[in-house]
Amino acid sequence: MKLVRELLFPLIAVVCAFFIGGIVVLLIGDSPLQTYRLLIGSAFSWPDGIGYTLFYATPLIFTGLAVAVAFRCGLLNIGAEGQLYVAAFATAYAGIELAGLPAFVLLPLCCIVAVAAGAIWGGIPGWLKARFGSHEVINTIMLNFVAIALVSYFTQYHYKIPGDPILQTAPIGGGAHLARLGRLIPGLPERIPLNLSFILAIIACGLVYVFLWKTKWGYELRATGQNPSAAEYGGVSIRKQIMLAMAISGGLAGMVGINEVLGYRYRYYDGFSDNYGFTGIAVALLGRNHPAGVFAAALLFAVLQRGSLPVDAFTQHVSKDIVQILQALVILFVAAEAMFRGPFQK
Amino acid sequence: MIELRGLTKRFGEVLANDDVNITVTPGTIHAIVGENGAGKSTAMRIAYGFYTADSGDILVNGQPRVIRTPHDAIALGIGMVHQHFMLVEPMTVTENIVLGAEPGSAASLDLRKAAADIHTLSDEFKLAVDPNATIDSLSVGQQQRVELLKALYRRAQLLILDEPTAVLTPQEVEEFFAILRRMREQGKTIIIITHKLSEVLAISDNVTVMRDGRVVGDVKTRETNAAELARLMVGRDVLLRLEKPEARAGKSVLSIRDLSIAGRDGTRRLDKVSFDVRAGEIVGIAGVEGNGQTELIEALAGLTPGPSVSGSMTFEGRDITRLSARGRKEIGIAHVPEDRHRRGLLLDFSLSENTILGVHYRKPAVMGVGSVLLDQAGIQDRAERVIRDFDVRPPNPALPARALSGGNQQKLIIGREFELPPKLLLVSQPTRGVDIGAIEFIHRKIVAMRDGGCAVLLVSAELEEVTALSDRLFVIHDGTIVGEVDPRSATSEEIGLMMTGGRGAARGAGAPQAERPERVLGPRE
Repeated sequence: MKLVRELLFPLIAVVCAFFIGGIVVLLIGDSPLQTYRLLIGSAFSWPDGIGYTLFYATPLIFTGLAVAVAFRCGLLNIGAEGQLYVAAFATAYAGIELAGLPAFVLLPLCCIVAVAAGAIWGGIPGWLKARFGSHEVINTIMLNFVAIALVSYFTQYHYKIPGDPILQTAPIGGGAHLARLGRLIPGLPERIPLNLSFILAIIACGLVYVFLWKTKWGYELRATGQNPSAAEYGGVSIRKQIMLAMAISGGLAGMVGINEVLGYRYRYYDGFSDNYGFTGIAVALLGRNHPAGVFAAALLFAVLQRGSLPVDAFTQHVSKDIVQILQALVILFVAAEAMFRGPFQK
Repeated sequence: MIELRGLTKRFGEVLANDDVNITVTPGTIHAIVGENGAGKSTAMRIAYGFYTADSGDILVNGQPRVIRTPHDAIALGIGMVHQHFMLVEPMTVTENIVLGAEPGSAASLDLRKAAADIHTLSDEFKLAVDPNATIDSLSVGQQQRVELLKALYRRAQLLILDEPTAVLTPQEVEEFFAILRRMREQGKTIIIITHKLSEVLAISDNVTVMRDGRVVGDVKTRETNAAELARLMVGRDVLLRLEKPEARAGKSVLSIRDLSIAGRDGTRRLDKVSFDVRAGEIVGIAGVEGNGQTELIEALAGLTPGPSVSGSMTFEGRDITRLSARGRKEIGIAHVPEDRHRRGLLLDFSLSENTILGVHYRKPAVMGVGSVLLDQAGIQDRAERVIRDFDVRPPNPALPARALSGGNQQKLIIGREFELPPKLLLVSQPTRGVDIGAIEFIHRKIVAMRDGGCAVLLVSAELEEVTALSDRLFVIHDGTIVGEVDPRSATSEEIGLMMTGGRGAARGAGAPQAERPERVLGPRE
């Protein structure tokens, strides 16, 4: 019963969003049915549709988990964007500087660097809040600007190949390349960038679930989020939980760097993130801050992203911006959940 | 004056009022009693226009009336004073009273005339409220009188008072009752909602008893007694006076010396308090809320930041002044906090998860390597035991704590703390907002704990509770222990006087308002 209810409201929100979106398409002068067939249908073709959709979903799963973990501790991490930039750059840095190491050392090391860099960047606002009580929302937003400017600077002035017109670093060592799933799955061409990070994202979902609901640490973190006074009464250090939650959150956001640098471009490419950190907030919201929900919501958003190109190309008037409209509507309806909840509970 | 006929109101699955009939005679004080959730507040909120009944009629002075909003009620001469005051603190008494009924034209506000009117009203009922004082300078009792004035200013003939005495000291209660009697003499009709039987017997003319949304009794106060009312309320016989054997106190378990606690603003909340609690005895602390009790208990539970604490706390010969909350739980100090929603429970967590709060990091709540994984079976066992032993209803460990009634939430907390098992039990307001049946149960459990050799420190704002339970009783005022009394022989007047600092002794029962005499004597200018 509880599960049904948990599933029902996000579903209603999505259905309502598509309904309103359909009216918008109609007003623009296209057929909603045809538009939606293009939008959603293109995600399910094999191998390109499915391959790209899962590839798009990967960073959103990581950032969605990041926001969800922080939220379970009562914190709003708006800084996933900055955290993933720092992590991506750091892992590229490690991949370039330590390129000589054998793959079985270099690859795990680069992964750890990504997580650690994200955790540190997320941990800073956590520490600031625990130590001085300054609000994490302000600090994470500000640190986004710092992070993005900082990695741009290092890319431009220190790690770019001289003469390269594109703002990107030198390539990382071959040992740091994460295998594309095309090498493992017959019929999936290797040109599709879907890589082992996706498997890593699924594992992360499982680990976050076990951590939050099956360990004493998760209990303390959730207790802090639910009622800090009661957690304190139960002998839990609120400050420690805040720092821990922000560090874990940052670490999860940092895993986007693994997908981007080690699995896709094999270098740091400035400005790579398509607002993954911010979309992660919507993913967590729609997924009700639960790993399974985050996974499903990330897939939905990835489907929309994948479908935006064919919609742009094959409809008369509707542009790919319809995806933005749909995403915004989904979020609006999720946020307006109380509107549906009333009549359903009575 | 007012008659409720066949009121029925449903909230979702709950039938809050089921065919409620109440007739209030003009010029009387009518008490409505019942346990929490019996539907008394719902019925009154319908009468005041906060809720609309699903069916039923309201008759005012014999005429059927439709009351959809509080505005309708006010127009019909009905006023209501809520349990939580609705006053704007930085504004003056006059400004608060005229709020929503401002005199003068749209462009000008004639506050001077209003102040004069209020002054006349205040004199008429001997309320002694200065119209020009700001609300935050008034005591709780005075604020309540402002609420009364608010209703009187709007020409209310019928006043509905929701748990009016909950926030008052014994002396203030006496004062307040005197005011109510004066109002009755002037022809006002008063409905008082309460769950304190002694007050019902002291003040009312008629009593309506409600249980489970229905009226189960309608009696004249003269013709009833506390035992009968309690039986009607609960539906079975209730032991009103706690029977407990003589305490067999052992050696000292907790010993505090010169304990002082600084508040956030640097003021002293607790000032050099010293006393001992021995094994097998209940030591009570009586006092008006906000006189340092909260700080004392929180400090003993290890929840006060170190720098704010001075003096020493010793537990079984060991200095615990700097020990963490977790450390104190580990050596056997259990704590039933005063505010169960803020401190005691994780409302959205299940009952099982709530029964391990504070011990969640050790066996039997955890298992495996490094004791990291929660042991679901162990937790389930513990939850089922607490639920069974403490009669928590409904007995479903998977329910969120939010789904329980106040009494059951409290039983869950007490059960959890008793599982520790404690050598020292810190209990604060154990029966606040708890039904009579559950109060009896909780009291017996606390006495049983004492008889098992546990030292108990009890803080309660309910004088009856501390005197009934305590073996020794201290009275606290303004952060200091002002004296010790014998709980068996001391009268509530004696204790009440000490609770207000004893300064009222020379001035008689006017103690509470005598604290700020310059503000109660009339307009200052």
